[in-house]
Amino acid sequence: MRNFARRIYIALIIIFLYAPIGTLMVLSFNASKSRAKWGGFTFKWYAELFQNDAILQALWNTLAIALLSSLIATLIGTVACIALQNMKKRNRAIVLGITNIPMLNAEIVTGISLMLLFIVLGIQFGFFTILLAHITFNIPYVILSVMPRMKQLNPSTYEAALDLGASPLQAFFKVTFPDLLPGILSGFLMAFTMSLDDFIITHFTKGPGIDTLSTKIYTEVKKGIKPEMYALSTLIFVTVLILLLLVNKTPKEKKN
Amino acid sequence: MNKKMLSLPYLFWCVAFIIIPLIMVFYYGLTDKTGAFTLENIAAIATPEHSKALWFSLLLSLISTVICLLLAYPLAMILSKMQVNQHSFIVLIFILPMWMNFLLRTIAWQTLLEKSGVINTLLDFLHLPALEIINTPYAIVLGMVYNFLPFMVLPIYNSLTKIDNNVINAARDLGADSFKTFTRIILPLSLPGVISGITMVFVPALTTFVISTLLGGSKILLIGNVIEQEFTVTNNWHLGSGLSIVLMIFIIVNMVLSLVFDKEGEGNAL
Repeated sequence: MRNFARRIYIALIIIFLYAPIGTLMVLSFNASKSRAKWGGFTFKWYAELFQNDAILQALWNTLAIALLSSLIATLIGTVACIALQNMKKRNRAIVLGITNIPMLNAEIVTGISLMLLFIVLGIQFGFFTILLAHITFNIPYVILSVMPRMKQLNPSTYEAALDLGASPLQAFFKVTFPDLLPGILSGFLMAFTMSLDDFIITHFTKGPGIDTLSTKIYTEVKKGIKPEMYALSTLIFVTVLILLLLVNKTPKEKKN
Repeated sequence: MNKKMLSLPYLFWCVAFIIIPLIMVFYYGLTDKTGAFTLENIAAIATPEHSKALWFSLLLSLISTVICLLLAYPLAMILSKMQVNQHSFIVLIFILPMWMNFLLRTIAWQTLLEKSGVINTLLDFLHLPALEIINTPYAIVLGMVYNFLPFMVLPIYNSLTKIDNNVINAARDLGADSFKTFTRIILPLSLPGVISGITMVFVPALTTFVISTLLGGSKILLIGNVIEQEFTVTNNWHLGSGLSIVLMIFIIVNMVLSLVFDKEGEGNAL
């Protein structure tokens, strides 16, 4: 009985979390342009999606920014973790405190603070400013997932590699790096996801001529969202779902 | 020597893109258009329009945080008792929705909540009274709970899974009933997760302008909406920065609380 109640509770929460996603998927097949009524089943929006240059351009911007910002953030973040490990305890605490600021601070404040910076520096708003902003809020996610791995490292293995004649660089890439890799990968994925889903910071750091999917959706809210957008988000979601299922499936098969 | 150089790129980044921008907010917030020092932009929070928005934001975000906590704690407890090898799967369930754009997911609630929307059709079918909350503060609270619930579940779940089962068994052996085990052992040990969850829900809920725009109609202004409009519509950066400084006071209080309770960063969600 208790087990049953637990399952019901989990099921209700999952319905709550996924109901809007289901709704969007259904809407992507709705022949009527209105969100409020069902006009029959159609694939029309999927076909029109690939004709809609504005949406495709926004998709491209979103993906390019997410990929570049998470790659650069992973690089800077990982190097920072190595440096942090060698710092004095007090300095490390200060730097980690600063690292937490973008995560604990409100996104709207991070957004306007960067906007003011770019205005004062006279940097033209556009792809580059969005990229800089995304790298900034992505780095903490990388550090947070690499740092615990770093702490678990056994420094003797690195020293042993040096003793055995490896150069510091060789020792790092052959010994330390493989141990850090799971943390680096999860940090990268986290950063990529955050960048992809970001609206608020992009809203304040983008220029007039450029849109990501989020900002494009926001400008469409008042006019009514184009159904192609539902089709695109359904495609993205299903792709990720399939990829994740495949990734999760492989190690299990090995165990069997 | 070489290793010290490694910290330079990140230190540069911190100064250039975290510290200087924040100083910029303070500079704009404490000066007027001529560049002279003023406290006017901060005092502007006392005007009826602004203070109403702030109180309303505080109220809605507190309610949302409490609801999130009440929903998330039992959920995290149930999840933490499930098999260990499902750990990544559980985390995944809560991360996965993020792959569908958060604006679209919030807009989808309009379709679900509308007068003749999905939920009301369902309620009508069951002969239950209709739920008319779209464009009201209730819809905003629902949107906040919906969007931020994962940020409450994950830290609590993480801190619960870290509790050594032997500690719980020891309490049982020493004669504590399940209620006592919960209040004396499980709850105190999961406190870092709870605190971290509260921070991660309260700050974005307090400062949001998107959820109120999408679900609250255009009449309800939260403090986030006010600040956003100062920057994108009225272009009064000084006033917007001043109000942001006021907002940051609440965020800093929150940060300090989370630091006091969560010294080792154990409750970090990710």
